[in-house]
Amino acid sequence: MSPLDDKQASASIASGTGIRSDLKLIAEMVEPGSRVLDVGCGDGALLAFLSRQKGVDGRGIELSMDGVHQCVAQGLSVIQGDAETDLKDYPPGAFDYVILSQTLQAMREPRTVLETMTRIGRRAIVSVPNFGYWRIRVQLLLTGRMPVTEKLGYQWWETPNIHFCTIKDFVVLAEEMGIRIERCMIVNRTGRVTGHAHSGLANLLGEQGVFLLRRD
Amino acid sequence: MPGHRVTLGVDRPMRLDSGAELGPFDVAYQTYGALNADRSNAVLICHALTGDHYVLDQHPVTGKPGWWEMLVGPGKPVDTDRYFVICSNVIGGCMGSTGPKETDPATGKPYGLGFPVITIGDMVRAQKLLVEHLGIDQLFCVIGGSMGGMQVLQWAVAYPESVFAAVPIATAARHSAQNIAFHEVGRQAIMADPDWAGGNYLLEGTRPHRGLAVARMAAHITYLSEPALHRKFGRNLQNRQTVTYGFDADFQVESYLRHQGITFVERFDANSYLYITRAMDYFDLAADYGGGTLSNAFRKDGKGTPVRFCLASFSSDWLFPTSESRAIVHALNAVAANVSFVEIRTDKGHDSFLLDEPEFHQVIRGFLDGCAEHRGLTRPSRP
Repeated sequence: MSPLDDKQASASIASGTGIRSDLKLIAEMVEPGSRVLDVGCGDGALLAFLSRQKGVDGRGIELSMDGVHQCVAQGLSVIQGDAETDLKDYPPGAFDYVILSQTLQAMREPRTVLETMTRIGRRAIVSVPNFGYWRIRVQLLLTGRMPVTEKLGYQWWETPNIHFCTIKDFVVLAEEMGIRIERCMIVNRTGRVTGHAHSGLANLLGEQGVFLLRRD
Repeated sequence: MPGHRVTLGVDRPMRLDSGAELGPFDVAYQTYGALNADRSNAVLICHALTGDHYVLDQHPVTGKPGWWEMLVGPGKPVDTDRYFVICSNVIGGCMGSTGPKETDPATGKPYGLGFPVITIGDMVRAQKLLVEHLGIDQLFCVIGGSMGGMQVLQWAVAYPESVFAAVPIATAARHSAQNIAFHEVGRQAIMADPDWAGGNYLLEGTRPHRGLAVARMAAHITYLSEPALHRKFGRNLQNRQTVTYGFDADFQVESYLRHQGITFVERFDANSYLYITRAMDYFDLAADYGGGTLSNAFRKDGKGTPVRFCLASFSSDWLFPTSESRAIVHALNAVAANVSFVEIRTDKGHDSFLLDEPEFHQVIRGFLDGCAEHRGLTRPSRP
C-alpha cells in the first residue's frame, strides 16, 4: 500500500505511458540498461515501465503480499520484504539506482534507510511529499488542526506517514549525511516549480520533490 | 510400472559424500513433453521425502492421480506443452531407483542397512548423471518443495552453470533441530518395531508396518496446521455418538491419521524412510559450501550466482516456516542475485505446495514465463 491516499494515486495515473506522473519523473532520472532496485515497488508499475522502456535489470521489494504476487506473476524479480530490515544484506554498490518513491516519511528510521540506500546503490532516487507546501501551512495556520490534503489524505490517527519533512528539512539532512543532491525536481499539481532544491520557492510552492542522490 | 529406468555409474562408481562408492546404480524416472532442438527447455522436478517420479501418472501402487497435477501438465504453470519435464526417484528411494530394498550385486541380497548413507548432495549428483545421460547441459529450471526444495538449492549451489532458474518451495538451507527431532521420532518408531529385524526384514519375511505407520502419523501432523486440522475434523467423533471410554479411534482425526499410516506402509519401504530422513537431517548448505555463511555458498570466483531464483513459502507452514525461506533470500541478496520471494497466505500448512493454491500457481507461472522469455523459449501455440 502506498502511504499516499489511494484516490490520489489513481487520479494521477499518467496518460500514454500508463504510470503515475511522479513515477514518470523518477523514470526520467534512470539511465538505460542500469541495475535498479525499487523499494516499495507496489504492483510493479515503475519496474515494468523501466524494464520495457529502458531495458534496466530491475528488482523490487514490496511489503504487501498482493503487490508481490502481482509483480512476480508478471515476471518481475520482487521479494516480499521491508525496506527497514531487508535492504541491509545487499553489498555496497549492488545497484546503479535504489528508488524509494513517496515512502521515506513512513519509515521508522528514515535516516538509516537513506544511509543504506546510498550504500547499496551508486545513486539513490527519493521522492518525498513536502510538508512545507503552502496549502499545508495555510491549513495548519487557519484551522489549527493537522492538515489533510488531497495528496496526504489521512487523519493524524490513521496515517502511516510518521516522519513528515519539508523540502528544506530533506536538503539539510542530506547535507548532514554527506549526500550530494545531483539533481532535483520540485513539482506541484500544475507542473514543475523549480530544479533548485535550495530555492525558497521550492519549499513553499513544491508539493513534492524528487531527488537524485549520491554519497560523496 | 510406467516410466523409464537407466543404469548409471557403470564405468565409474559414484563417489558419495560419506566417502563410500555406489555403482552401478539404477535411476527410475519419468518424462513429460518434448525436448526442443537446442535442449534448452528441460525442467527437473525434485520430489519430497515420500514422493516419487509419478508427477502426472496414476500411481502404480495406490492408483491415485499424479502428485503434482495441480502445477504440472498441458497449459499448467509448468506447461508440458512448452517444457520437457523430468522427474526421477531419488537414490535411497523405493520406487525403482537403487535404495536399501534393492539387491546388492555384491551379496545377491537386499542392501538393507548395508546401503551406504546418502545425502541430498548424493541424490543431486545422481540426478546430474541422469540429466547428462539425457544429453542436457543446462536445465531451464529445477523446481521442488520441501526435500525437493533442498535438492533445488543443492543444484543451484553445486552446478550453477547447469541451472538457468531455480524454484525452491517451502524449504530451508539446513534442516532445523526441531525437524531433525521429528525425524528421529519416526526412525525410532520404525526401529522399535520387532518386525524391523535390525533392518533385515526383507530376508526375515517380516515388515515393520506398525513402526512405519507410526512414523508416518507423526510426520503427517507436521505437514498440516492446527487451523487446518481443526477445520477438517474439529473434535468430531468417528461413526459414533459418544466417546467409548477406551482407546479405539473415537475421534475422526485419530481415524484419519491411522488411515494415513496404514496406506503409507503399502507403498513405502521402512529402510528407505530411515535413509531419506537422514539425508535431510545432514543437509546444511552454509556448512558444506559456505564455510558457515550461507551467502558464500551462492558465490563463486568472487561473483554472485547467475541462477534466477523464485522462492515461495506458506504462512501456516511450521515445518519449513517463512523465516527459513527469508534466510535464503537474505543470503541471495548479499550476493545481489536475481531473486523473487513470495509468502503465500494459507492455513493449509506445509503440504500447501501440493494443494490447490491459485496464488501460488500464478506466481510460479509468472516467474517461469518471465524466465522463458529471457531464455528465448517460444510460447506454445494453443488451438
